[in-house]
Amino acid sequence: MRHPILRALLRLSRHKALLLLGGGAILLALPFVAMLGGQAWVRILDLAILYVFLALGLNIVVGFAGLLDLGYIAFYAVGAYTWALLASPHFGLHLPFWVILPIGALLACLFGVLLGAPTLRLRGDYLAIVTLGFGEIIRIFLNNLNAPVNITNGPQGITLIDPVKFGAFSFSSRTEIFGYTLVGPQKYYFLLLALCVLVVGINYRLQHSRIGRAWQAIREDEIAAKAVGIDTRNMKLLAFAMGASFGGIAGGIYAAMQGFVSPESFSLIESIMVLAMVVLGGMGHIPGVILGAVLLAVLPEALRFAVLPVQQALFGKVLVDPESLRMLIFGLALVLVMRFRPQGLWPSPERKRELLAGQEGRT
Amino acid sequence: MSEVLLEAREVSKRFGGVKALTGVSLTIRRGEIYGLIGPNGAGKTTFFNCLTGLYVPDGGGFVFDGQPLQADAPQKAAVRGIARTFQNIRLFPEMTALENVMVGRHVRTCAGVLGAMLRTRATQLEEARIRRRAEELLYYVGIADRAGDLARNLSYGDQRRLEIARALATEPRLLCLDEPAAGMNGAETEALKGLIDGIRQDGITVLLIEHDMKLVMGLCDRLAVLDYGQKICEDVPAVVQKDKRVIEAYLGEVPEDA
Amino acid sequence: MDTLLQQLINGIVQGSIYALVALGYTMVYGIMGLINFAHGEVVMIGAMVAISALGALMALGLPMGLAAPLALAAAMLVCMGLGAGLERIAYRPLRNAPRLTPLITAIGMSIILQNLAMMIWSRNYLTFPSLIEKVSFEVAGAHFSNVQALIVVLAGLSMAGLLLLVYRTRLGMAMRATSQNLAVARLMGVDVDRVIAAAFIIGSAMGALAGFMVGAYYEIAHYQMGFMLGLKAFTAAVLGGIGNLAGAMLGGLLLGIIEALGAGYIGDLTGGFLGSHYQDIFAFVVLIGVLMFRPSGLLGEKTGERA
Repeated sequence: MRHPILRALLRLSRHKALLLLGGGAILLALPFVAMLGGQAWVRILDLAILYVFLALGLNIVVGFAGLLDLGYIAFYAVGAYTWALLASPHFGLHLPFWVILPIGALLACLFGVLLGAPTLRLRGDYLAIVTLGFGEIIRIFLNNLNAPVNITNGPQGITLIDPVKFGAFSFSSRTEIFGYTLVGPQKYYFLLLALCVLVVGINYRLQHSRIGRAWQAIREDEIAAKAVGIDTRNMKLLAFAMGASFGGIAGGIYAAMQGFVSPESFSLIESIMVLAMVVLGGMGHIPGVILGAVLLAVLPEALRFAVLPVQQALFGKVLVDPESLRMLIFGLALVLVMRFRPQGLWPSPERKRELLAGQEGRT
Repeated sequence: MSEVLLEAREVSKRFGGVKALTGVSLTIRRGEIYGLIGPNGAGKTTFFNCLTGLYVPDGGGFVFDGQPLQADAPQKAAVRGIARTFQNIRLFPEMTALENVMVGRHVRTCAGVLGAMLRTRATQLEEARIRRRAEELLYYVGIADRAGDLARNLSYGDQRRLEIARALATEPRLLCLDEPAAGMNGAETEALKGLIDGIRQDGITVLLIEHDMKLVMGLCDRLAVLDYGQKICEDVPAVVQKDKRVIEAYLGEVPEDA
Repeated sequence: MDTLLQQLINGIVQGSIYALVALGYTMVYGIMGLINFAHGEVVMIGAMVAISALGALMALGLPMGLAAPLALAAAMLVCMGLGAGLERIAYRPLRNAPRLTPLITAIGMSIILQNLAMMIWSRNYLTFPSLIEKVSFEVAGAHFSNVQALIVVLAGLSMAGLLLLVYRTRLGMAMRATSQNLAVARLMGVDVDRVIAAAFIIGSAMGALAGFMVGAYYEIAHYQMGFMLGLKAFTAAVLGGIGNLAGAMLGGLLLGIIEALGAGYIGDLTGGFLGSHYQDIFAFVVLIGVLMFRPSGLLGEKTGERA
């Protein structure tokens, strides 16, 4: 396993290898630095990485295949509720994670296929509205499926959800390692980081594969893609189902990490938030999407800490609460980026791609 | 193996009240270059779109290589071995020339999601083969030096060539070219003629829609002439040129000494 | 069968409101192919402005008979300005951008408007003052009020007005021409910018009227009320055939009736498993169903794929 990774590292230029090692070191040190400010900061880091994971899942749908999905959070909800129902006192079930996560991913995938199969031949903006409607349907069901048979426990949500556990090693409790006490959120950080590295790898490999090329072809000219024999409907469905599965996995981890789920965590605005991460960062460009996710996940927290004191100092009272300010800035950012930088903050550097292909293509 | 590759039987297509094609029948033999000509609006492109599954004919159908063609989806036509280019070039503009041709290999390759994620040995080998074949095809159509350029940055003539390379990448038995010489100057057209002739030499049957009569008459083994959605003539160029109805349809547009 | 008639009446009232909002979506979509996602927020702001105006006018001691029309006029004016502003600032610069760009902009505008409204009018439910003495009638066991009757009549009148405008005036002709082919209409000397702005302004005015009606009908308003209403109205427009004015009206009425009947009978249909709080899913089920089986809607023309 180490061999190919080492080889890949050696193939990189010195500059890039340094960047990679430095970045890795910072990522590994981050939870310990954040801990100095308290567990809350580590939790913010955890959520940020979870958003990166989600955004990369949606990137497959929106960025690669060019399908606008406004109900992505519904798949996240499916994953979260799957975990919540199969590993909590609600039904008295406590299945292990390696059973629940695949079930959650499969269920989300199934929902994705069921929704996608009839709608993916539609024009893009119709698909957007249908997915939005689907997201709302899921939320309405989560809210109301507590009577006559109590399945989801309605708006109160489900509590006391099991954490991720490898045998006796639970991610929610403290562990002593080398004399340092690791708290739960720190352990989740490393779990999420590992998952994220995995999903970045998958994204990257998909993009540069036969499948990824077919997606890009569909995005750029659907009729031409059909003419060269690409089954556009199946390819779109594939992207949709893959995105949904990643959403399902992210949802499961979220439920385990928080120990609590309720329908209000899965509102439309969350879908739009994840979409915005993809779009603002740079659709289809993996580093851009990561940047977008980190920015939009961390910035609001920073705002929360900054807005109140600043307003107190300036006006002597709080005029605008941080939550609505955050949403305002968020809406404004969407509008401004679409107007002035529609390719996103960090779009894919196509020139470089051109050069690369050029070198290898010369005969 | 019969010598007929494609047979169109009484193909009809209406758009509202307009009869774009009325009972068009024709046969294309293996290894020939078959021209489809006619004045603007005669139904040539409609015929192409029916053949390649973009439109579903209202009546009639096609027999390709002895089997009926389920012409209800373009990708099925490509799978059967029918490739096409478009009158108004349709490339993938933000992909490089090389990637455009690599997409053309899609239908003849099989790596799936799992293979791509795990990057298995088989996937890597296939990917290398795709790349090599795409490079060969770019060289074949004469734009190997533009492999790394984005398709939208290529010159008009090179875009036409790239579209042919992409179509060839699907390993067609029938290559349908929709006005490949449109907008080309004399030298470019001459080079294109060589290219199409070479494609035929390699054993691929060519169906050609073209307005450039010099190119059509010099290149095609046989032609059909469409007028108002009906076939008015089908024969070798020398006979077609003398056909009274054809001359009428074109109102003398056919150069007499071509 | 008295509930059937009752549900029909409720459905028609709700449906005429959907129809009014749906017209706003359909006009903009017909002319420039854009789903103006923020239209629902325009409706909400219409209701909010009406409440503020009513409060102010009544504080001045104006009688309701005078205050209500004035408040409606104020709401319409504000919304017309808002619609024109949206078009000018957010959408016009994106007219040649890829399809999804303006859609995302529209989502952004929707969020901005909602939060601005929350800052101005608070996050509480606001009471809409009752405008007229409510009188209830009974026909064959079903009840309807004068408010309901007024809503249907007003909606019908304004839709008739819109049809007159579109089919009998020069502006209407320009609008129809632009919706057929924007580029050609411009070549023929139609001021396309003006036509598009007009579509936004007229749609917003009707949206304001709808917001006013919703407020008067339910006697309540909230900064989030526009979202679901907008989504349903969009569904209505798709149901009737988006881009088609008569389709939007038909779709609105149908959706209102489907919802009312659905909510009334879902309990019986599912043996009590699903109750009337599932009312909101009908719109989406209808939407998905229409798009699956008849994407061009009931009155829309079938459009083929172009090569």
